[in-house]
Amino acid sequence: MDRRRFLSILSSTVAALGSANVLAVHKVAALGTMKKAYTFFTGAESAFIEAAVARIIPADDLGPGALEADASYFIDQQLTGDYGAGARFYNQGPFGATTPYQGYQLPLSPRDLYRVGIAATDRYCRETYGKDFAQLEPAQQDEVLQGLQGVAGDVAFEEVPGATFFSHLLTDAKDGFFADPAYGGNKDMVGWKLVGFPGVPAQYTEFIERHNEAYDVEPVDLGSMQHAGMHQEHLHAVHRRAAVPRRTTAPAPRPVDPDEPYDWKSGPRFSV
Amino acid sequence: MATRLKPVDAVVIGVGWAGSIMANELAKAGLKVVGLERGRYRGQEEFALPGIHDELKYNRRLELFEDLSRSTITCRNNTGEVARPMRRHGPFPWGEGLGGAGFHWAGWTWRHSPWSFKMRTNTIERYGERAIPTDATIQDWPMTYDELEPYYDKFEYAIGLSGKAGNLNGEIQAGGNPFEGPRSREFPNPPLRKSYGMAVFEEATRSLGYHPFPMPAAQTSRPYTNPDGVGMGACLYCGYCMNTGCEVAAKATPQTTVLPAAMQTGNFEIRAHAAVTRINTSGNRATSVTYVDGRGRELEQPADIVLLTAFTWSNTQQLLVSGIGKPYDPATGAGNVGKNYSWHGAMPYIPLYYDDGHVFNPFMGAGALGMSFSDLEGDNFDHTGLGFIGGIFMTYFQLGSGPMMYQPTPPGTPGWGSEWKQAVAHYYNRSLQVVGFHDHLSYRGNYMDLDPNYADIYGNPLLRLTYDIGPNEIRMSDYMVGVGHEVAKAMKPSRYAVYGLPKRFDAGANYFVIHQVGGAMTGSTPENSVVNKYMQSWDVPNLFVIGASAFPQITAYNPTGTVGALSYMSADAIINQYLKNPGPLVS
Repeated sequence: MDRRRFLSILSSTVAALGSANVLAVHKVAALGTMKKAYTFFTGAESAFIEAAVARIIPADDLGPGALEADASYFIDQQLTGDYGAGARFYNQGPFGATTPYQGYQLPLSPRDLYRVGIAATDRYCRETYGKDFAQLEPAQQDEVLQGLQGVAGDVAFEEVPGATFFSHLLTDAKDGFFADPAYGGNKDMVGWKLVGFPGVPAQYTEFIERHNEAYDVEPVDLGSMQHAGMHQEHLHAVHRRAAVPRRTTAPAPRPVDPDEPYDWKSGPRFSV
Repeated sequence: MATRLKPVDAVVIGVGWAGSIMANELAKAGLKVVGLERGRYRGQEEFALPGIHDELKYNRRLELFEDLSRSTITCRNNTGEVARPMRRHGPFPWGEGLGGAGFHWAGWTWRHSPWSFKMRTNTIERYGERAIPTDATIQDWPMTYDELEPYYDKFEYAIGLSGKAGNLNGEIQAGGNPFEGPRSREFPNPPLRKSYGMAVFEEATRSLGYHPFPMPAAQTSRPYTNPDGVGMGACLYCGYCMNTGCEVAAKATPQTTVLPAAMQTGNFEIRAHAAVTRINTSGNRATSVTYVDGRGRELEQPADIVLLTAFTWSNTQQLLVSGIGKPYDPATGAGNVGKNYSWHGAMPYIPLYYDDGHVFNPFMGAGALGMSFSDLEGDNFDHTGLGFIGGIFMTYFQLGSGPMMYQPTPPGTPGWGSEWKQAVAHYYNRSLQVVGFHDHLSYRGNYMDLDPNYADIYGNPLLRLTYDIGPNEIRMSDYMVGVGHEVAKAMKPSRYAVYGLPKRFDAGANYFVIHQVGGAMTGSTPENSVVNKYMQSWDVPNLFVIGASAFPQITAYNPTGTVGALSYMSADAIINQYLKNPGPLVS
C-alpha cells in the first residue's frame, strides 16, 4: 500500500471518530536526565531487594542480570504506585478460611506484602545464618529463596506465606528485567538484548513472511521514540541491524516427570 | 431520590460489541438511543504510537480490564464452600470501558457449527441418551445455524473479517475449514499472511490427515471500508494487538467499525462512568434504568426499550438485583436466571522447543494470526466408545508475544537463576505453542447467583460463581492429550510437553481465556430459558438481554462471532417486528 493511501485510510478513520490527529509523536522537551532513587524501600530493604534480584537473574557469561538492569528500582517504583497500593484489586472483607483454589486472599497490599516479607526473611536469615540476607554468600541466598519458593528446604513465616512473597518477588524482578526502560528497569534494554526482542515494533508486514529468518536488530524503547524521534513516517520504530549477531546455546536437558501437571499459576504463557 | 431524565426510545446498558451493534442499528432506524457505559470513554485516538507498545501497562497491569476495587465476582468450586472474591484478575480477566471485551480482544472470530445449535438432540440421535452425563444441562438453541447465517455474515462484513471460506453455499472450498457451516459468501478480506510457525503447524497437521486452514481473524488483511462507510487500515503484524488498541484501526473493535456509524446518525449518545444499578419494572414492563454518574448523582433514565448488553457477569447480576425472572436453584433445578454457566480453557496446551535450526520471531504477529484445524471439533469425529461428547479445535497462533509475558523454558528448567536465563535467551525465539480450545457442557452445579457476603461500590451484591470442571471435560482432556502428542511429534521439536486440563478449577491460576457464557440463556420456552430466540426477555418483553449470557453452553469456538450474530438478529427483530407491534415476539 502506498503511503498516501495509508494516510488517507487513517485520516478517514480518525475523521469518522472525530478525534485528534493520531499521526504525531510529541518530541519531549522535559525528562532530560533523570536520577533514580528509591522512594519506597528503606536502606535495609533496598539491600535485600538488590541482593535478591541479583540471584533471580544473575549477571553471568550471557550478560547483565536484574541488578544491573535496575530491576530493584523498577520494583521500588511499582510499589510506590498503583500496583503497590493494590489500587485495582478488590480489597474488601470479610476475610477468612479459603480453599487452595480461590486465589490471593490476603488483606495485604503488594507494598505491605514486601515490607512484611522482607522483614521476615531477614529475621529468618539472622536466626539461621547470623546475618541479613544481603550479607549471605550467593549459595546461601539461593538456599533461602528456594526455601521461600517451596522448591527446597523449609522457610516458614508466621506473618505471611513465604511462597506468596516469593512469587511476587519473582514476577516483579522479571518484569523489571523486561519492561520498557521508561519504568526504571531493563536499563540499556539488557533484557531485550538477551532474548532478541526488538521493543517498540516496526511494521512487520513483509518480514512476517520471511520464514525462519532471524530479525536481529538493536531494540528501540519508548524513550528513544519520544526523545530522539527514532521512527519513520508511519511512526513505527526504525530498527537497525544488531552490531553483534546474537548467539545462544540450548541448555542441557533436565530430567522431566512426564506426569507433572502444568503450573497454571506461573502463567500466563499465552492469552486469548 | 434519583433525578428523572427525559425519556428516550432505547437505553443500552454496556457499550461493547452487543451494545454498539444494537445502538448503531436502532439509531440508523431513527430511534433515539442512550448508551450507559460504567467504565470510561475510550476513543480510537488514544491508541496512538508509540505509547500503546507497552507490555507492562497493557498485559501485566491490564489497563483495559475491570478495576476490581470497584466490582468483581466471587468464586467457589461447589455449593459446600464459602465463595471468596476474585481480588485480582487471574484465570479470565474481563474488560471495562467503551468497547468492552470488543476492545481488548484478540479477534478470533468463529461461527458455531450447525451441529452445536442442536447439540442435545444431535447427541441423543447419534449416541443415545446415555451419552449425555447425568448432571449435564445442555440444551438446544431455539434457532438453527441457517437462521443465524445472514447475521453472522452481517457481523463479519461490519468488522472486515479476514479468512478463507471452507464451505460456500454447501460446496467445500480448498484452503478453508471444510467442517464449517455453509457461508452465503466469501470472507470480506483474504486471510492474513502466513508466518513460519503457521507453516510448520500446517505441514505437520496435514501430514497427519487433518485439514488446517488460516484462522478467521478480525484484523484486516488489507484496507477495508465496511457497509456503513467506516474505513479500516491494513494490519502491520506489529504484535501489540490483544489487550491493547490498534493504531491503524486494523483490529476490529466497536470504535473502529460500528460506533463511528452510530455516532454519525446523531441519534446515539454515549454516557461514560454511568453505572447502572437497577432496571426498574412495573408489571411486565421495564420502565427505566437507575444509574450513578461520574458526579455521584443517582439518575433515572426512562426508555421504551431496555437493552442489557453488558458482559455475562453484569447481564446476570442486573437481572438478579432487579428481580427480573426467577433465579436458578441448583437444589431443585427451578428457575433460569444464572443457570447454565460455562467456560473453557486450553486443552491441550502444547509448548514446543527447537534447539537449533528454527527461529519464529514471536514478537511479530496479530491477535488472531494462526492456523487451525477443526477435524476434532464438536461432532466432526465419531465419539462412539470415547466416553465424552464435543471436542476441540486446535491452533498454532502468533498474536505477538513480548518477553514479559512469554518466557518459554522447557519442562524441568528452574524458574530463575542462570540456567533459567540461558533457557529464556535461547528459546524465546525458538518455541511454538499449540493450543486446543474445547466444548464445555453446562452442568446442574455450575451457576451464578448473588453473593451473600460481598458487595460492589454501588452497594449491589457481587455475582457469585459456583463452578468446577466437569466429568465430560476431564475425559475429553485425556483423549486430547493423546492427540496433542501426535501433533507435537509431527512438528519435530527438540523437546515438548502436552498438558491437559487441571483436575479442579483454580480461581488463582492464569489460564487467561476470557470466554464466559450463560446466566440468561436463550431457549424455546419460558420454562427452559430467560430470553427467546430474539434475545427478548420472556418476563419483560421490552427488555432484551444480549451477549454470551444467552449461550446455553459454550462451544470450542470463541464466542464473539456468535455474540455479533445474535445482536444483529435481535436488532432486525426489534426494527422489523417489535416496533410495529410491541410485545412478545415469540408466543
